Amino acid sequence: MPLLHVTDMSHNFGGLQAVSGYNLSLDPGQITGLIGPNGAGKTTIFNLITGIYRPTQGSVEFDGEELVGKKPNETASMGLARTFQEMKLWRHMTVLEHIKMARYSKLSYGLWGAFLDTPKRRLEERQTTDLAMEYLKMFAVDQFADQLVVNLPYGAQRRVEMARAMVIEPKVLLLDEPTVGMTPDEMMAMIEVVRKAHERFNLAIFLIEHRLRVVHELCQHVQALVFGQVLVEGTPTEVQNHPKVIEAYIGQQEVEF
Amino acid sequence: MTVNFLMQNLINALQWGSFYALIALGYSMVYSILMLFNFAHGDIFMVGAYIGLGVSLGLLSLFGSGAAAVLPGWVVLVLTILISMFLTAFVGIIVERVGYRPLREAPRASAAITGLMIGIILETANILFLGGSRLKFPQLIESVTYNIGGVYVTNKKIMIVLVSIGLMLALHQLITRTKWGMAMRAMAYDYVVVPLVGVPMNTIAAMTFAIGSALAAAAGILFGLAYPVLDPYMGVSFGWKAFVAAILGGRGSIMGACIAGFMLGFIEIMTVPAIQIMNRLFSLNIGSNFRDLIAYSIVLLILIFRPHGLFGQAYSAKLRL
Repeated sequence: MPLLHVTDMSHNFGGLQAVSGYNLSLDPGQITGLIGPNGAGKTTIFNLITGIYRPTQGSVEFDGEELVGKKPNETASMGLARTFQEMKLWRHMTVLEHIKMARYSKLSYGLWGAFLDTPKRRLEERQTTDLAMEYLKMFAVDQFADQLVVNLPYGAQRRVEMARAMVIEPKVLLLDEPTVGMTPDEMMAMIEVVRKAHERFNLAIFLIEHRLRVVHELCQHVQALVFGQVLVEGTPTEVQNHPKVIEAYIGQQEVEF
Repeated sequence: MTVNFLMQNLINALQWGSFYALIALGYSMVYSILMLFNFAHGDIFMVGAYIGLGVSLGLLSLFGSGAAAVLPGWVVLVLTILISMFLTAFVGIIVERVGYRPLREAPRASAAITGLMIGIILETANILFLGGSRLKFPQLIESVTYNIGGVYVTNKKIMIVLVSIGLMLALHQLITRTKWGMAMRAMAYDYVVVPLVGVPMNTIAAMTFAIGSALAAAAGILFGLAYPVLDPYMGVSFGWKAFVAAILGGRGSIMGACIAGFMLGFIEIMTVPAIQIMNRLFSLNIGSNFRDLIAYSIVLLILIFRPHGLFGQAYSAKLRL
């Protein structure tokens, strides 16, 4: 039984059909890619799955539970994490704080704890910090722990974002163009980091990516989305060479009037 | 005379500034997480003062006053402040739930006039239920005046400044040391992703309104102690001036709101002696009723040179990282 199962999901903004009849089935430990030209509706699909938008129709099942109608903080608590194309970090907070923030729902000390510095608070703070450092190490950003995230190099910021997503201990990770704007070296480092997280946690990953190199390296299965509809799906090589996909990306060779 | 005279005014400025600072914090906190100014906040200050009045009268009738008092005045005062802060926090939560949450995705102008309308509703409700006449705030503690080297300080002024600073420090603790405070700071930088790490955004928004309103209530009670007459419109001009402080401090900046609040109090109070000195030096005849005109011209000048305020950051809300 698939971990994340989307059936016949559609969404329109006003009259614009952004996504129509979309299906996805993602098994534990599987990496699926989603490719498509700009404006095809890829990020909209992420927003629909995580509860930022509510689909006009269709269902999203996660671990056997219906997600439609759930709020983003609820889908996150259930084990659905994501990153953003434009990397939504909190510019003047430290790297460590980013990771601690993602442990919000696990921290139970309250006002008294904070003001009186109770043993409970100290214990929880220490545990959270230890765990956060472990994750920062995993994503090779531990040397930046106490720096403001705004001062980090771009590739490191991306990895902080990913560490923040991973520390909520998700079962499924949605990555929205994790290598956009990266140099080839940074890209290779990111592929390595994704692969490591995947292996270590047997994580299911759903990946939006423009770079076919990344898709080839990581995905077993790829969907090509055009105008909100899946045109073709299959292995990366099948999809990449499919005439319909080539047409969607570079246009028809002959234009008929 | 001059040093004493300046010290005297400085103490008055500290007291006056603490009202502004406490109210300005509410504007700034809400702005930092929701990118909107709660224009009902001045009236929440008014509501807080009235709740304080009700609570203190209730406590006095319960525990007696004057010679028959069971509890000393300062205990009643502390209880009044705490209970009123708690009750006014709920007013803030209701305002957020009814007035702002349904409009979170609406254009900012709609949300802004919501605040104005809630303000009018609160003022009118006050007039309807309490009759619109001015009410006297009970003097819970006896006024004692100390003469320190020719400078006169009352125990109330000292208390007002200390309580205000204490509340600001408590707020600082809350923001830096609790998970809610961390979530508030995170929301100030980017709120879209906050729910996606498992933080219930509505809880944080409600909490922010609650804290801002509680601080305004404290300001209202302290104001009532210093100037013991309450009227339904007391929050209007006072609220706008505190709003000026919030902008002067830098939109959304907590520290900015505190410092600018005190600074505004300082500018306002110090304008009067400055006028007197100018009059004497240049044999002019400017009345002290020019105070606000001159004081706010100075604020305007500061904003011309620092358009983002003292601690504001020169980046737009849309452009992050």
